[in-house]
Amino acid sequence: MEDTNPVVDAATSILRDLADPQTVNRAKDNAWHGPAWAALEEAGLTLAWVPEKLGGGGVELGDGFAVLRQVGRFAVAVPLAETLLAGWLLARAGIPSPKGAMACGPAREGDRLVLAPNGRLSGTARAIPFAGDAKHLALLARRESGGAAVVLIETAQARLSDGRSMAGDPLNAVTFEGARPVAVKDAPVGFDGDSLMLMGAAARSLQMAGALEAILDLAVAYANERVAFERPIAKFQAVQHNLARLAGETAVAVAAAGSAADAIANAQSFDEAVFLEVASAKIRVGEAATEGAAIAHQVLGAIGFTQEHVLHRFTRRLWAWRDDFGNESRWAVRLGNLVASKSADGLWPMLAAR
Amino acid sequence: MSTELTFDPLRLPPECQQLRREVRAFLAEEMEAGTFASNVRGGIDGAFSEEFSRKVGARGWIGMTWPKKYGGQERSFLERYVVTEEFRVANAPVRLHFVADRQSGPVIIRYGSERIKADILPRICKGEVCFAIGMSEPGSGSDLFAASTKATKTKGGWLINGTKVWTSSAHHAHYLIGLFRTSPPTKENRRHGLTQFVVDMKTPGITVNPIYQLTGQHDFNEVVFEDAFMPDDHVLGEVDGAWKQATSELAYERSGPERFLETFYVLTELVRVLGPKPDTRGAEGIGRLVAQVHALRRMSVSVAGMLHAGKEPVVEAAIVKDVGTIWEQDLPNKARDLAAFAEEVSANRASFEEHLAYATMIAPKLTIQGGTTEILRGIIARGLGLR
Repeated sequence: MEDTNPVVDAATSILRDLADPQTVNRAKDNAWHGPAWAALEEAGLTLAWVPEKLGGGGVELGDGFAVLRQVGRFAVAVPLAETLLAGWLLARAGIPSPKGAMACGPAREGDRLVLAPNGRLSGTARAIPFAGDAKHLALLARRESGGAAVVLIETAQARLSDGRSMAGDPLNAVTFEGARPVAVKDAPVGFDGDSLMLMGAAARSLQMAGALEAILDLAVAYANERVAFERPIAKFQAVQHNLARLAGETAVAVAAAGSAADAIANAQSFDEAVFLEVASAKIRVGEAATEGAAIAHQVLGAIGFTQEHVLHRFTRRLWAWRDDFGNESRWAVRLGNLVASKSADGLWPMLAAR
Repeated sequence: MSTELTFDPLRLPPECQQLRREVRAFLAEEMEAGTFASNVRGGIDGAFSEEFSRKVGARGWIGMTWPKKYGGQERSFLERYVVTEEFRVANAPVRLHFVADRQSGPVIIRYGSERIKADILPRICKGEVCFAIGMSEPGSGSDLFAASTKATKTKGGWLINGTKVWTSSAHHAHYLIGLFRTSPPTKENRRHGLTQFVVDMKTPGITVNPIYQLTGQHDFNEVVFEDAFMPDDHVLGEVDGAWKQATSELAYERSGPERFLETFYVLTELVRVLGPKPDTRGAEGIGRLVAQVHALRRMSVSVAGMLHAGKEPVVEAAIVKDVGTIWEQDLPNKARDLAAFAEEVSANRASFEEHLAYATMIAPKLTIQGGTTEILRGIIARGLGLR
């Protein structure tokens, strides 16, 4: 993952120049959104996962996941991840992606959107990240007549709640009452709401892994600078051990998320092997987010609890991202039931398959 | 400066999965034949079996990464990984050869005299040789460089005097690799003055006394040296310079599958006792544990890939052992909680209880052996640039 990669390098360089967390945290408003988004769009990154013939960058899945890790490392507050996912979803059904920001859903287990035979869309998706900032929504819906369909629709066709995530990013309940989509196409055979949840969960796992890497860097740097009792607090063993634990949680997150991304990038379909990888990643990375954020805050003390300090841009997103596309508990119940249904002696062969 | 933790996803190559099938078939045959039983009474903690170790050696699964001229197979580190994890999960009785295969052999290959290599390595590969590790002493544990057991130069060799403790398998061992003081530490370098030796346990002047563990098992020993003579060619590496040799070998020891799978049977028995349709609490508990062990395994496999590629991922390996041993240590407690409402009377319940009790009792050692949690976190902290 650390090898130089032109796609990742392009993303990193734009984010560093136009969405640097420190600079953004000092900004009085969101005026930086416009230039950052324009640069990302100009570089083809927002539609990286859309094949060229559908108007996108045609980038490998693995490279897109690596970009998502950078999205986490920079605590990106524009819908780059969401637009990537939306473009990817539309491309599953061969729908070309429009320009501009998109959001993607449903992102909560159990939400149902229904397409009537006349092509009108109804239903509520409880919490779609960045819907409020998106011009279009890419959605997975069920046809009343049966079967899954991919839907592209203008956000203006929906009623949105004015919700915000813990990080302050838009997080909206989106309701349709007989709304008219821009495009509707059948989802490919075998592609359903689960597939979208898995892809979204993998994306959020990569973002959380990146954010954990960032807070590890912040906490280590702070511990080396901050002097108490006449030495840098990094010299206290209790602080060292806390940071070692943070490194451990970060390492698990990087390994689990990277493994899930690799599994999706190399799989033919969203099969059981992908389910094990992605469910495990979302569970374990979510746990790491909880632990890791707590440790980073402990190390940074009072300054880390202020709006002035950049830490909250990462920790508030870590907390929020845990809940998108299935939280730890929900994935764990599903994974636990799968394991139980297979018999005890089937567990090890399942784990050792890769 | 940013901290880069690298864990590239690694898919085990096809030859590894082919080997895995061979190992599973072998283990199934041996269980069928009664060579060992994969349960608490059969010796779940890696029991000692001359018959089993010889059969494993005959398959070419000991020293499998070593040069052919020393009896090895020159197979990959990843293939060895597969054999190790399958043996561990099957609770196979590997105690006789495991330490020799994992640690002692590689140290001898790197630092041993040609005569020692030619003499000992092929016999390790045949599953005939048991090694012990003589590091800790009554006055030095985690602080290896405080060792005081002396090796004094004499004609043609060295005379060893002193005591090692907590020496696992010393009562079975044919050899011991020990750390002995050959010079006093210097002002500039307190780690100076220690030398590694291969000790032949048949040497006159060596006494092994048992130290029983809290489970009642005999694994630990006290090893007393009284003018025990070591020939010169039993020195491993540089005289007075063992400190330079100590860390690289530990990356192997720290990141392997045995560092998070030692109580894995508890998870298997938990799944069995909760049955095919667990309640929400049971399902969530199993799901989290499976996610955690899956993530650990993927991390450990990734480190194996780095070792395979000739890297020395010291910090990554320490992290695997830190997070892994804490997980395997806590597993019995989590399983106990989750099984609290499982059916009270059933054959599965009895088996679960038996495994749980055993794992609970051995759990304390998991974060002590081969580098304590505290030592590991110090290594990680150094890697982060905090020391």
